[in-house]
Amino acid sequence: MQSTLSHRSLLEPKSLRDALNMLRQEKSLVPMAGCTDLYVALNFGTLQDTRFLDLWRLDALRKIERRGDALSIGALATHSDLIRSPLVRSRLPMLAAAAREVGGVQIQNRGTIGGNVANASPAGDTLPVLAAAGAFVWLQSASGTRRVPFTAFYTGYRQTVRRHDELIVAFEIPAVRGRQWFRKVGTRAAQAISKVVMAGVVPSTGSGRAADGSVRIALGSVAPTVVRATRTEAALAAGASVEAAQRTLVEEIAPIDDTRSTAIYRRRVAANLLARMLAAR
Amino acid sequence: MPIPVRLRVNNAPRQHDIEPRLLLVHYLRDVCGLTGTHVGCDTSICGACTVLVDGKAVKSCTMFAIQADGSDVTTIEGIATNGHLHRVQQGFWDCHGLQCGFCTPGMIMASVHLLAGNASPSRAEIADGLRGNLCRCTGYSHIIDAVAQAANSTEVTHG
Repeated sequence: MQSTLSHRSLLEPKSLRDALNMLRQEKSLVPMAGCTDLYVALNFGTLQDTRFLDLWRLDALRKIERRGDALSIGALATHSDLIRSPLVRSRLPMLAAAAREVGGVQIQNRGTIGGNVANASPAGDTLPVLAAAGAFVWLQSASGTRRVPFTAFYTGYRQTVRRHDELIVAFEIPAVRGRQWFRKVGTRAAQAISKVVMAGVVPSTGSGRAADGSVRIALGSVAPTVVRATRTEAALAAGASVEAAQRTLVEEIAPIDDTRSTAIYRRRVAANLLARMLAAR
Repeated sequence: MPIPVRLRVNNAPRQHDIEPRLLLVHYLRDVCGLTGTHVGCDTSICGACTVLVDGKAVKSCTMFAIQADGSDVTTIEGIATNGHLHRVQQGFWDCHGLQCGFCTPGMIMASVHLLAGNASPSRAEIADGLRGNLCRCTGYSHIIDAVAQAANSTEVTHG
């Protein structure tokens, strides 16, 4: 049943500074942008919050650009922006692949990468990419900015280190060396929420012990937050076989039974995806 | 408290004082009287409410009307010109791209957006472009035929 809308209100800041001041003044303000998650909760009647801060028009937060050797993606870049960006396609093709799997075109036109991250669902499709890429989250408040490693951003199910007075303003992604890989498994090809989603980077030589870096693996929908499979990565770096790495991965992740899938199926699929990623050379 | 908005709907300037809580789809249907845009699921899945905002396909059930302030909105009512169907509408007519018709306005608006960015899409690209729209009658193949015909149409288009 739809939530009551009559007691909800929306603030429209004119600038980032304006938005940050509003957030500092009012603890319970909820930032929103494309609203593709928020309005679903609203229409389901599960949205508790009443006061919202509309970031959509803050175009300064939409830039995708190179900063030295790193790629900087503004929090308001939509999934369509990511799919179309030549910089994303050339430097981080696994992110373009993930963005293509989000909802349909209409959702891709509205949903933002900052929103996908802030929503903090363990099933968010861009999250494993950011984890595997070793990204950083830039947070800004009225009193300053700070940079948090993406893998330290989530502290539990739907919990993040973002303070109420901070906004995610950008993601910094260091240059990724090696072959990038992304795969989402859901109920149907389009518009499904992930049963398992995985992103990874494999050194160009295909070996886990390559000089230019190690295998990096991140998964969504298999734990309370997106996870880097560090034990599996270490096993591969130490020369483990694909089968041994699969066994490590299955033990390392912590999937549950829920409306979308079962723990057993998710473990099996995660192991299959790992083999697929390592085989695709 | 109502907030003043100015926008263009199907090229006509509109100015209303509306509640911030009013969803774009309800603004279009109840305030503007444009009931061609349908509400199917209310949860951003089905795509029946698809309209164009500044040329981009969006689901109007997941956007507040005041967020379209200053924008150009195009609905299914706005794509035929002078009594002539838009080439996508003609495609759906000719290829039987509908049965019950409930999803059709959204399908057509998503197709208009698709063809604006890709004038000659493959069947796979059409299916991909329409992945945000559900049809429970046709099995989709006639819809893809319709969009493919529209893409190949040599008519002067007004979309």
